[in-house]
Amino acid sequence: MFYREAGDFKTTYAADSQTFPIKFDRFRYYAVSFVAFLIIPFVINDYWVNAIFLPFLIYSIAAIGLNILVGYCGQVSLGTGGFMAVGAYGCYKLMTAFPEVSIFFHVLLAGGITSIVCVLFGLPSLRIKGFYLAVATLAAQFFLVWLFNRVPWFYNYSASGQINAPERTVFGIEVTGPNTEAWATYLFCLVFLTICALIARNLTRGTQGRTWMAIRDMDIAAEIIGVNPLKAKISAFAVSGFFVGVSGALFFSVYLGAVEVGEVFGINKSFLVLFMIIIGGLGSIFGSFAGAAFLVLLPVLLKNVLVGMLGWPTDLAAHLEFLIIGGLIITFLIAEPHGLAQLWRVAKEKLRLWPFPH
Amino acid sequence: MSDQLVFAMEVFLNGLMAGVLYALVALGFVLIYKASGIFNYAQGVMALFSALTLVGIMEGQVPFAHVINATFGTDLHHFGWHVPGFVAILLTMAVMVLLAICVQKFVFRHLVGQEPIILFMATIGLAYFLEGVGDLMWGSEIKKLDVGLPQGINLMIDETTFGWFGYGFFIDNLDIVATIIAALLVTALVIFSQYTKQGRAMRAVADDHQAALSVGISLNFIWVMVWSVAGFVALVAGIMWGTKSGVQFSLSLIALKALPVLMLGGFTSIPGAIVGGLIIGVGEKLFEFAIGPMVGGATENWFAYVLALIFLVFRPQGLFGEKIIERV
Repeated sequence: MFYREAGDFKTTYAADSQTFPIKFDRFRYYAVSFVAFLIIPFVINDYWVNAIFLPFLIYSIAAIGLNILVGYCGQVSLGTGGFMAVGAYGCYKLMTAFPEVSIFFHVLLAGGITSIVCVLFGLPSLRIKGFYLAVATLAAQFFLVWLFNRVPWFYNYSASGQINAPERTVFGIEVTGPNTEAWATYLFCLVFLTICALIARNLTRGTQGRTWMAIRDMDIAAEIIGVNPLKAKISAFAVSGFFVGVSGALFFSVYLGAVEVGEVFGINKSFLVLFMIIIGGLGSIFGSFAGAAFLVLLPVLLKNVLVGMLGWPTDLAAHLEFLIIGGLIITFLIAEPHGLAQLWRVAKEKLRLWPFPH
Repeated sequence: MSDQLVFAMEVFLNGLMAGVLYALVALGFVLIYKASGIFNYAQGVMALFSALTLVGIMEGQVPFAHVINATFGTDLHHFGWHVPGFVAILLTMAVMVLLAICVQKFVFRHLVGQEPIILFMATIGLAYFLEGVGDLMWGSEIKKLDVGLPQGINLMIDETTFGWFGYGFFIDNLDIVATIIAALLVTALVIFSQYTKQGRAMRAVADDHQAALSVGISLNFIWVMVWSVAGFVALVAGIMWGTKSGVQFSLSLIALKALPVLMLGGFTSIPGAIVGGLIIGVGEKLFEFAIGPMVGGATENWFAYVLALIFLVFRPQGLFGEKIIERV
């Protein structure tokens, strides 16, 4: 009743092949963008931006990137943290080397650099499959983090070994550095997320997405019907690397401002993003958002309840968080292996008929 | 003989010993993978959990003391008794069997027939869960574990090698004990799987679940048994690593080190786990010795993974793995 495809007639090819072909989806999308772009920036403050919105936006980009690789193309990667570090350090080197260029392009270029690195580490995927590949991507994770830790050129020979984001502006408004406004950083990240999500959505529902899914479902069969596995896998690694790189660049420059690579982009980050797409739903763009929101909100919520309301020490709360996240992952896998996105699909199914029984 | 060569020999020997410890963790992976097709990421955390439990029981700590204190405002910490090492090991083993039963009953029984990657994710969830439980139960500070294993430099080797080369090798007694125990463990596992009824049943399940079911083998029982055995291997590994470097969170990271070991050796081969462990142990120590100083050190963090990656490109199924045959 409330979610209907019926009666939505298309009279042009353009209307038939638009990003959201169903009217209800389209209006929902317009409504969400309207709230995100025109209402939230006016009501948020620093706490909300730093605790919830920036991590959510940035992790969403990373989750979309990883979802393309794992959920759509079936190449399990545990190197996300390392690739995010490439984005962050790429952005840092560009920011300090070309201060006159807008940071907008630096972030995009950092994504491009990550994309190349990702392809490089993705090349073995042509011979290595499944778990073996997952472990092979660990090589990327540990090697890249080690590289950024040990080669002083990457952190411009600073004494602390950290990288710090210099102050940069977009249209005269500061988006990095210590003196930023909450709404500016929020909008800056939101623009990137919107672009990335639209690209991802359109890539995955077109030819490219279909070749990826063919490779995921069975690569030998896909090869026989004429999908080039080299092109499909490498392109998945490239696109995924770009998104992950952009998210790493934003994570460093806009969100944190200062980064110590081993702490921020360690193996735990790889697992965190992987959990996001598992909980959200493999092979679904909406799932990437849902998973990122879930895992960003959960710790904030737990912390508020346990530390704020029950008065537990923070380290105990952190341990309980581990326990709850682990338990939730298992529960999710048992109850709904396809994640929150599947729950949404089921809900749509119900909404179609509700309130009538048949 | 030149100094460099003697040093290299010492590094080589120490690498062998480190490799044995990697192999111990890898062994647990192989056991579960062979019997149930589950790639158990939680193996390292199981080692950590067992070591934590062992220390907790030996010291007579009150489980969940911190949580109880935080909720009720009490001040519990120890029961005030000390349990001798051997009894504590037996009790810990009982806990690991209980854990195996719970894992089977609450997690994997509900996931039968899911794709391997889903099962793998479930074990990652399990790893997080166990880590949380272990920390909440026993506290997260670094603990010393001492069950009476000899430690320190082995003087006999030191003196003998001093007599030969004019330079005494530093070999830890603990490493020698670990090697002996690992050898015993592997022998015991091979005897168990070849000559006992349960062992045969285990191999039958590994070969074909359906066929094993049809001749009357209880899958549930076998899986609980395999997880218990893996728990036992984890306990042994936990004791070794715990004695060597203290019981702490980083113990669970050795699981990650065991992954390249497995890839080198092949997921399905027990000898592969041993040989892979030795190659990785020796390789990373020698590489750090020879190349490390040139590129800034700490190459041990990534060498194993990169070696495994390069190796796999040429032989995707590992050294001893079964040939991967793919059909449409």
